[in-house]
Amino acid sequence: MCGIVGLYLKNTDLRPQLGALFEPMLVEMTDRGPDSAGFAIYRNTVEQAQTKFTLACNDPDNQWKSIDTDMESALECNVTVQILGDHAILVTDADADGVQNWLRENRPEIRIVGSGRSIEIFKQTGLPQDVADQFDLAKAQGSHAIGHTRMATESAVTTAGSHPFATGLDLCLVHNGSLSNHNRLRRKLERKGIVFQTENDTEVAAGYMTSKLAQGETLIQTLEAARKDLDGFYTFCIGTAEGFAVMRDPIACKHAVMAETDDWVAMATEYRAIAHLPGADTARIWEPEPDRIYTWGHVQ
Amino acid sequence: MSGNNLDLKALGVRGVNAALYALPEGSNEVEWVIDNPRGLHSIACGLDAPISVTVNGHAGFYCGGMNQKADITIRGHAGVGLAENMMSGTVRVTGNASESAGATGCGGLLVIEGDASSRCGISMKGIDIVVGGSIGHMSAFMAQAGHLVVCGDAGDALGDSIYEAILFVRGTVASLGADCIEKEMRPEHLNKLAELLKSAGIDAEPGEFRRYGSARKLYNFDIDNAY
Repeated sequence: MCGIVGLYLKNTDLRPQLGALFEPMLVEMTDRGPDSAGFAIYRNTVEQAQTKFTLACNDPDNQWKSIDTDMESALECNVTVQILGDHAILVTDADADGVQNWLRENRPEIRIVGSGRSIEIFKQTGLPQDVADQFDLAKAQGSHAIGHTRMATESAVTTAGSHPFATGLDLCLVHNGSLSNHNRLRRKLERKGIVFQTENDTEVAAGYMTSKLAQGETLIQTLEAARKDLDGFYTFCIGTAEGFAVMRDPIACKHAVMAETDDWVAMATEYRAIAHLPGADTARIWEPEPDRIYTWGHVQ
Repeated sequence: MSGNNLDLKALGVRGVNAALYALPEGSNEVEWVIDNPRGLHSIACGLDAPISVTVNGHAGFYCGGMNQKADITIRGHAGVGLAENMMSGTVRVTGNASESAGATGCGGLLVIEGDASSRCGISMKGIDIVVGGSIGHMSAFMAQAGHLVVCGDAGDALGDSIYEAILFVRGTVASLGADCIEKEMRPEHLNKLAELLKSAGIDAEPGEFRRYGSARKLYNFDIDNAY
């Protein structure tokens, strides 16, 4: 099972309502994935010289305490932190690698969930509505969002094992399906220095994409390579800084439907997640073809 | 509209279906409209009366499944498993249909005015399916009986492991599945095709189609096929 959803608002007038439009999409997919839920929102793009990190930890009371001032004095930089539940959005002008090293040494319990200039990733175990409420999804504004409701089949129900998984700066992945060659691929990627937090198959797909993108390949090249190297069933939705991409495996037995109007583009595991969007009743609706990469927004 | 409207938002899928099941035999209330379908599943499933039902919007999975006698029209898109296991009657969708449309259907007519996705007519057992657009991969897999008419193109592995269903395709076929071959279009096939297109209300020239079916080398026991 699992449910995935994506919404890209072409009409900028709708962007203040992104969360209000997107939250029902996620919640509608609850019975496909009641174990945990997560979503990535693209909003509040920071300056070129800054990086935005989404951080999460199991002990927010202690871990967030004085993180901004400690990091500012250690790295001689500016830091702002906004706490949302057990996640925090940290914006800094410090070198991104330096931030990661500092966190590893000084706040080892903190996980980096995502990073970039606009992406914010929130995920948690529990019902999608509860997860959405915890992170104020309904009030979110932004250009686009992708999300996932999880019915775990191959690894533990944990926050770290929830989707989306970050695959690089402003990039993340949600997945409906299961991969069969993830153990071997994980070992290969670990030898290349990719670090994994879970036993999850999707995290391996994300790590694979991270590795390819880090080598300088474009997202399209990366997805084309993934088609050859990832074995299993998948409908992927990939969030990028300026849009999203959708790809299904060649057999395409994991459901997917797409809809488009002049105002928005949406994808979902089932159409009922799209039905409430304005103009959905007259939208162009179709099922994405297997083994084909679909992109919206500016994706290279 | 002279018929009866059922608001799915107010009644729920069970409420709507129950209202249609409750019609007494020979009822004069034969025109029904289901409003606000919102992509929900199993709308107008298991009907068993000669009534006309219009689903006013996009339907979710299994719409019109197991239909007997009813004439169902979906004004919009239909999700996975449209009219699966239909026995008789007609199901029509004005938009596109997702995968496995008409799966295992035993009878009746399914008309998809737009495109159908993968596995259209999988394991069909006597249903007639007419698609105005194209169909996806693995369509008519293990198709046993009935007709599949495709006015557009067919995806990969058409008719894989097919039994005795008859396939007509006007456009290109990406590839044929195991034991599916092109066959001669004889007068009786042209006549049947013309009849199906007419029933579906689709204007197409039968002479432009090609016929595909079983080479009958796979489903008869043959010691050379054994490993």
